[in-house]
Amino acid sequence: MAPTELAATAAPAARGTPDAPPPAARRPRQASWRWRLRRDWFLLLLGLPGLLLVVLFHYVPLAGNVIAFKDYRPYLTVWEAPWVGFENFRVIYEGDPAFLNALTNTLVISLIQIVVVFPVPIALALLLNSLLSERVKRVVQSVLYLPHFMSWVVVVAVFQQLLGNAGLYNTWARAHDLPLLHLIGNADLFLPLITSQAIWKDAGWGTIIFLAAMSRVDLELYEAVAVDGGGRMRQLWHVTLPAIRSVIVLLLILKLGDVLTVGFEQIILQQAAVGQDASEVLDTYVYNRGIIDGNFGMAAAVGLVKGVVGLGLVLAANKIAHLFGERGLYSRW
Amino acid sequence: MVTASRGPRLVNGMPPPHPVVRAVKGLVLLLCCAVVVVPFVGVVSTSLADQQQITEAGGYVLWPSNPSLDAYAAIFRGGVVTRATLVSIGVTLVGSLLSVAVVALLAYSLSRPGSFGHRPILLVVLVTMLFNAGMIPNYLLIKQLGLIDSWWALILPPLVSAFQVIIVRAFFMEVPAEIVDAARIDGAGELQILTRIMLPLSKAVLAVVALFQAVAYWSAFFNAMLYLNSTDKWPLQLVLRTYVVDNAAIGTDLPGEVVPPQQSLQMAILVVSLVPILLVYPFLQKHFAKGVVIGAVKG
Repeated sequence: MAPTELAATAAPAARGTPDAPPPAARRPRQASWRWRLRRDWFLLLLGLPGLLLVVLFHYVPLAGNVIAFKDYRPYLTVWEAPWVGFENFRVIYEGDPAFLNALTNTLVISLIQIVVVFPVPIALALLLNSLLSERVKRVVQSVLYLPHFMSWVVVVAVFQQLLGNAGLYNTWARAHDLPLLHLIGNADLFLPLITSQAIWKDAGWGTIIFLAAMSRVDLELYEAVAVDGGGRMRQLWHVTLPAIRSVIVLLLILKLGDVLTVGFEQIILQQAAVGQDASEVLDTYVYNRGIIDGNFGMAAAVGLVKGVVGLGLVLAANKIAHLFGERGLYSRW
Repeated sequence: MVTASRGPRLVNGMPPPHPVVRAVKGLVLLLCCAVVVVPFVGVVSTSLADQQQITEAGGYVLWPSNPSLDAYAAIFRGGVVTRATLVSIGVTLVGSLLSVAVVALLAYSLSRPGSFGHRPILLVVLVTMLFNAGMIPNYLLIKQLGLIDSWWALILPPLVSAFQVIIVRAFFMEVPAEIVDAARIDGAGELQILTRIMLPLSKAVLAVVALFQAVAYWSAFFNAMLYLNSTDKWPLQLVLRTYVVDNAAIGTDLPGEVVPPQQSLQMAILVVSLVPILLVYPFLQKHFAKGVVIGAVKG
C-alpha cells in the first residue's frame, strides 16, 4: 500500500489522533474503529429502533420461507413441523390446473398493463404539455392526480355505483331503452374492468414523471425545428419523444421486472363477484390456498418461487437498464 | 429568445395551433376531468339525497333536490361505522407519528459523514427495496409475535421503509457542515444537534413523510383483512368493503329509529373515508409530485 493511499483511508477516521508513522500501519486503523465506535455509540443507539424494525419485518420473514419445505400445521410451530422436501412444490412442477390458471391470468394482466395501461399517461402528458395556458394545465393536473390517492376499496365502490346493474348508467339506460352494460360481476369482461380501473386511478398521476422530463427540454430545440421548416409533428418526433425516451425505457424495464405481481388489492376485492377462473392471479392464489384454505406449506412454496423469479427479473431488468445506459433500479419510487 | 413583433404570437417558433385543434384538445381534457369529477359529485349527492329521490333515480343521484345530513347523523350515532372511523384515525395518527420519529432517527444516524458502521447499515436498509419475503412468511411472523387481532399488526410492518429513509437522509446531509461543526464546538451532543438544528431545518420533508405514511395507513385494507379477526376492531376501509363493495345491509347495525336510505348510508361512509384525503390533497399534490421526481432523478 502506497503511503498516500494509506493516508487517504486513515485520515477521515483518525481525526484528532496524531499522525502515525507508516510502519505501524495496522495499529492506527484498529484504534480508529474502536475510537469511532466509542465516539458514535449514541448515534447508533438513535438509529437502532428503525434498524430493528427493518430487520424484523423485512429480513426475519425470509427465514419463514422454510415452511415451503415443511408440512406446516397451525398447531405446530414453524420449527416443529416435519420436513417434506419439495412435496409442496408439486403444484408447480406437476402443473396443477388452478396454479396454471393463476399464472396465465397474471401474465395476461401484466401484458395488458404494459400494452394498454402504460401508454395512457404518456399520451396524456403529451397532451398536457402542448397546452398553451399554464393555468388550465395546473387545474387539469390537480383534477387528474386525485384518484391516485383513493384507496382501492373506494375505486371499486365508485365503479360499482356508476356501472353496476343498479348503477347510474344502467338505471339511465333502462329508463331510455338503451343497451345495458354488464361490466361489474361479469367474468367475461373482468379484464376490461380492471384495466379501466387501473387507468382511472393512476393515468393522471403517471404523467408527472413524463411532464418533468418534458419540462427539461431546451426550448431552443423546438425553435430550431421550426427554423428548419419542420412542423409540429417533427417537433414531437425529434425533440419531445427523445427527451422522454430514457424515462419510457426505464419504466418499461422496471415493469417487465414486475410481471408476476399484479394489483392484488384490486383483484381480491372483486374476486367474489366474478369467480376464481377469471380473476385468480399468483398473489390471490397464495392468499386463497394459504390463509383461507390453511395450506400454508404449498402457498409458501408458490410465494417463494414467485419471489425468487421476481427478484431474478428485477436484477435482470436492472442489467438491461444499464445496457441501455440508464441508471436503473434505485431510481425507483 | 426571438419574438415576432408583428403577426401572430409564436410559441416554440410555431404559430398557435388551429382553433379546431385547440377545441378538440380542450374537449378531450374536459372529458378526462369529467370522468374523474362526476363520480365524486354523484357520491356526495347520493349521500345527501332522500329515499324518494333515490327511488326515482333508481339508486344514484347526481344532484340532491332535498339535501339532508340524515345519513351522516345515522352512521355517527355510534355503532360500527363510528367505531371503525375512530380505529382508522387512531391507527393513522399513531402510525404516521411513530413512523416519522423512527425514520428521522434512523436517517440522522446514517447521515453523519464517517460515522461508525453507517455504510453497512445503509446497505441493509437499501437492499429491502429489492425483495419481499412473501405473504405467508409475513403472516407467520405476525402470528409468532402474537400480534394477530392487534392494531400493532397494522402499525408496525409499514413503519420504516427504505424510500423514506433515503429521502430524509438526503435532506439531513444537505444541512451545511459548518452549522453542525459550530454547534459541536459550542458543546452540543448528537441529540441536541438533531433536535435543535436538523429537525427545525427539515420540517417540510418530515411533514411530507408523515403525510405520505398517513395516506398509506388510512387507505390500507389488506393487512387488516389478513391480521384482524374481530370485526369490532376493523378500520374504516374494511367496513367500507363490507357495506359498499359487498353490499351488506347496514340498517340493522345502526342504533336509532329513523333509518335513512341504504344508498345514502353507503355513500356517506364512502365520503367519510374520502374527506381526510381531500383535506390534505392540496399539500399532497404539491409535495408528492416533487417526491416522485426526486425519487426518479436522484434515487
